[in-house]
Amino acid sequence: MTTAASTATPSSAVADLIVASDLQKTFPNKKGEPVHAVRGIDLRVPQGEAFGLLGPNGAGKSTTMRMIACVSPRTGGELQILGMDPNLDGIAIRDRLGVVPQEGNLDEELSCRENLIVYGRYFGFSRKYCAAKADELLEFAQLTAKASARVSALSGGMKRRLTIARALVNEPDMVLLDEPTTGLDPQARHVLWDRLFRLKQQGVTLILTTHYMDEAEQLCDRLVVVDGGRIVAEGSPAQLIAQYCTREVVELRFTPGAQRQHEAAATALVERVEVLPDRLLLYTTDGDSTVEAVHQAGIPASSSLVRRSTLEDVFLTLTGRSLVD
Amino acid sequence: MSGALTGTPARRGSGAEQPRRSGWTYRVRVWEALMRTWRPYFWSTLGESIAAPLALLLALGVGLGSLVDRRGTEALGGVSYLQFIAPALLCAAALQAAFSESSYAAFDRFKWRRTAFAMTATPVTPAMVLDGTVMFIATRLLLSGTAYYLILLLFGAAGGPWGLLMVPIATLMGVGVATWVLVLSASLDEDAPGYFNLVLRFGVVPATLFSASYFPLDQLPGYLRPLAWISPLWHANELARDAAIGGLPWWQVGLHLVVLTVIVVVGFAVARQRFRRRLEF
Ligand SMILES: Nc1ncnc2c1ncn2[C@@H]1O[C@H](COP(=O)(O)OP(=O)(O)OP(=O)(O)O)[C@@H](O)[C@H]1O
Ligand SMILES: [Mg+2]
Repeated sequence: MTTAASTATPSSAVADLIVASDLQKTFPNKKGEPVHAVRGIDLRVPQGEAFGLLGPNGAGKSTTMRMIACVSPRTGGELQILGMDPNLDGIAIRDRLGVVPQEGNLDEELSCRENLIVYGRYFGFSRKYCAAKADELLEFAQLTAKASARVSALSGGMKRRLTIARALVNEPDMVLLDEPTTGLDPQARHVLWDRLFRLKQQGVTLILTTHYMDEAEQLCDRLVVVDGGRIVAEGSPAQLIAQYCTREVVELRFTPGAQRQHEAAATALVERVEVLPDRLLLYTTDGDSTVEAVHQAGIPASSSLVRRSTLEDVFLTLTGRSLVD
Repeated sequence: MSGALTGTPARRGSGAEQPRRSGWTYRVRVWEALMRTWRPYFWSTLGESIAAPLALLLALGVGLGSLVDRRGTEALGGVSYLQFIAPALLCAAALQAAFSESSYAAFDRFKWRRTAFAMTATPVTPAMVLDGTVMFIATRLLLSGTAYYLILLLFGAAGGPWGLLMVPIATLMGVGVATWVLVLSASLDEDAPGYFNLVLRFGVVPATLFSASYFPLDQLPGYLRPLAWISPLWHANELARDAAIGGLPWWQVGLHLVVLTVIVVVGFAVARQRFRRRLEF
């Protein structure tokens, strides 16, 4: 809370909505070693920030999100959400959170509208409030036409949109979105980005995990890359690119499998090469001259492309893994 | 607050409604949600809780009963066969309903529909999910028990005014069994349907047969009688029969009540811990 005192906010206001230090989660395992899903992470997320958690499958993102959502007791370290301890004030904290879980849990037998109403009722709201809110949120999720359709009759993307709308039923201070746009079509993703952006403008804090680097770049003020239950990098998207990548990348495409034979030749040309299933990524400060060098070295790529570095490259550099492996 | 940015839900500001916060509100809201999911099945459940007793009463009570009664009714305590089995039929129906609501239906909310996890993302705690679930099952048992009672009245098999107590007695027993089946539902994973079948085959069905439902316990050989003592249904049958036609010494009434209460209380405590483990991991 070092920054809280200086800003002239009311005394009850909390500057950092999440404060985690050495946060850990270990799952006991009946047979064999316990699983250390989160091995001590430090986080500090101020109010109003859009904060991203990136990391490969199994990195511990969802586990962290569930601890923040106060549905998973930590097994080590300290955690404060909205200035309260999840172990003591889970009810009061969850009252102020909106949660979009990775695994859907809509009631398939109820209609879209009923799902929103039932969920709103869990927070203690009146029927009148829930009904009005449900209509507002159906509009928000562009599902008004499906209001009385059963959830089981919706497409995957529509279910996702409904789940996101549902998370806003209590007008939360902080929304936790675990892979919110997985399964959405590009148009729906852009609409969602717009909605999240507007929420952010209203001061709502957003915590999101995603495997889409463009999404992280678009939405996140700041992000951490998690791997093996630990934070391996932290910063704004631009900072991370500047810190972990060269300015440009040359992509050389090969018939799948053939790229490995040319890894050594390519490595001689630049400081770092990343091997993907069908291509090589050459990290360089000057793409055009690297392409030139590739041709001179006689590396038989079926095509080459020069582009700017993105978060995706940061991710590959840090985790040494493709996102979709 | 919401006016400035139309189409975007506003944060809960001073103008927005502040929700009611009390443990009981949340429990009632879970109950309400379960009642809502039950709504599409309400009439079919009610139809079933009327059709089943009608069929049983006609076949067993009237059909078989006329045979039994011809040989004298001393063994039944001097009442007709129909009057003898009526309270037990009501209790057996409650047992069936309690089992189905606490097995597949409850397991579904953990495993397939996962709606229990939606509940605990809100202020609702795992313990409140359990409480609301038990409240719902109790409501359902009271409703179908009442329907059953009315059918019995129609057949003149509901006993005196005290016979109305059969409904809460059957509900108490049903809730007790339900808490224990909920323990299973909250603990099992993929293999749940198999276990539920076992419980049905080696628990519910034999309990219906050996709990003095269709014949007095002393008609069983002595070594089989302990089967009844451990059956919640037997304790409920004895109490329900006493409510309808009397005849039980007061201390036995007390003993049966204590057994049923212990089943509920212990089952509740174990289920509470299991719900927590399942929903808060
Ligand atoms: N309930 C559990 N019991 C045991 N191990 C678990 C449990 N939940 C998660 N894990 C393990 O913890 C690790 C982190 O899982 P987590 O779901 O947090 O990953 P993630 O970063 O969200 O991955 P993804 O991108 O695939 O969603 C994994 O190794 C996983 O197997
Ligand atoms: Mg995950």
